[in-house]
Amino acid sequence: MIRAATWAALVLLVAAPLVIVFGMGFGTPIAGVPPVIPPFGAAGWQGSFEAWSLLLADNFYLDTLLRSLRLATVTAALCLALGFGMALGIASAAPRRQALLLALVLLPFWTGSVLRMAAWVGLLRDGGWINAVLMQAGLITEPLPLLYSEGAMLVGMVHGYLPFAVLPLTAALTKRDLRLEEAAADLGAGRATVFLTVTLPLAAPAAAAAFLLVFIPAAGEVVIPEVLGAPDSMLIGRAIWGEFFQTRDWPQAAALSTALLALLLIPMALYQRLSVVR
Amino acid sequence: MSLLALEGVTKRFGGVVALDGLSLEIGAGEFFALLGGSGSGKSTLLRIIAGFEAPESGRVVLQGSDITRLPPPARAVAMMFQSYALFPHLSVADNIAYGLRRAGTAKDAIASRVAELVALLGLAGLEARRPHQLSGGQQQRVALARALARRPPLLLLDEPLAALDSGLREHTGLELRALQRRLGASFVMVTHDQSEALALADRVAVLEQGRIAQVASPRELYDKPATRSVARFLGAANILEAGGLPLRAEVEAPAYALRPERIRLADVLPAVNGAAAIVLEVAFRGGDALVLAQASGQVLRVVLPAGATLPEPGAAIILAWEPSALAPLLA
Repeated sequence: MIRAATWAALVLLVAAPLVIVFGMGFGTPIAGVPPVIPPFGAAGWQGSFEAWSLLLADNFYLDTLLRSLRLATVTAALCLALGFGMALGIASAAPRRQALLLALVLLPFWTGSVLRMAAWVGLLRDGGWINAVLMQAGLITEPLPLLYSEGAMLVGMVHGYLPFAVLPLTAALTKRDLRLEEAAADLGAGRATVFLTVTLPLAAPAAAAAFLLVFIPAAGEVVIPEVLGAPDSMLIGRAIWGEFFQTRDWPQAAALSTALLALLLIPMALYQRLSVVR
Repeated sequence: MSLLALEGVTKRFGGVVALDGLSLEIGAGEFFALLGGSGSGKSTLLRIIAGFEAPESGRVVLQGSDITRLPPPARAVAMMFQSYALFPHLSVADNIAYGLRRAGTAKDAIASRVAELVALLGLAGLEARRPHQLSGGQQQRVALARALARRPPLLLLDEPLAALDSGLREHTGLELRALQRRLGASFVMVTHDQSEALALADRVAVLEQGRIAQVASPRELYDKPATRSVARFLGAANILEAGGLPLRAEVEAPAYALRPERIRLADVLPAVNGAAAIVLEVAFRGGDALVLAQASGQVLRVVLPAGATLPEPGAAIILAWEPSALAPLLA
């Protein structure tokens, strides 16, 4: 029963939408409702490969994809570096303190993402708090163009995805064997050497998991670049959104989505292998 | 001059006293055992010598210099952990070489020292393995090799045999003893197993509630335990209170320890140093036989040689012992 229900849910909620999106990539856009002719009709095959060939022919899509992967990489790297420090701090706190510190990491995560990004707008905009404080202090005369920039977007991304990195790292570092670090110190290793030769290599699988857990969703992120990013920096999530809702080119949106998913299968497979090994 | 001196070392955890003004000297080339139950402070003492814990008061002096405030990497002391604490991501050879690398030893010198230790501890052919690919006994030897790599004058061993199968324990213990003789280094071993301490150590300190109850050679500790609790901890001895059975000892004391093998069967009940008893249980143990006998409100353990005629349970017997068999207990 449970097995059957699981399979039914997988087919209906996971496989079917994937097949529909994949198939739509072979459709033909028209002006109408829905704005697409499906690839199979009464007369059989009536699809086109135009959306797919455009994906490869038009540098816009390739650039967009690369820019998204770069943003995801930088976001994941920053989250990993920040998260490692935080996780180490949480893991070395007293057990009672640990729960509190973890709650503090998760609490903002439970408020909506859009709300938090809107808060960053309030901080970063020309009349926002940061510029107001700097101008009051007489450090600047004109407001700094903080908002709608690469930097603002990155701040938002790191803020939004940090818990994804902190959680697996905290789990791994909390249950690590402190005797190993003592043994290293006993054998003549200073604090930095203990960290580099024992703590870090043993946390490597968790660090890789943390990186991938941020990287995978960050690659397709729509809201944060939309709210905080520069308007001209086109990312894959935004491109899909645009093709779907603005130009109403569903086959193009579907082809883009499929391409992104196919690319993300690589890090997903890596993550799977990591979890199996551990 | 002693290699290691502990002077009035005190340590508390929260409100609990782990070590209570403990003083101790350990000589060069000595195999020293710290024997005690859980909570006796023996492990804390080892961690203070290694530098993982700092005492509240008192000094730790190694080779004449005060190391009380030195961090672990700066101490000429190596520790073998009870769990071995081998680095799981490093090979056997890299585990052994870890301390040498930290000391900045030249590459070829590291290689030759590792080869030497591999040969010394019978680890040939295992150099490339990871710790999880080794048996418990092999892991123990890797941990030993790693601790010995830098030729520390003092090696600390935390329950070195506890993680081994019972079959392997005796053999490994004797190997440890032979290794210590060969190297001439001082070994300080923590153990809760009195037979291990008595078998391996030159001297044994019995720890109780953060204090030393007695420091003595195994022979002396066994024959002349200083207190009731030491006698009880060393196990198997009968404790006779003065004023119970009629006793005549060489020294006046509030109580005496009487080894079970010093009691014999007699035909006539002596006026002193004897008791009429009823046999409760007889256990033949191969080399000897253990008899539990009820003598006026006290159960006495008696060990008889294997060749003796053994009494049946329920039989009335007469027990007797020499005055010299009564070891005075001071507390």
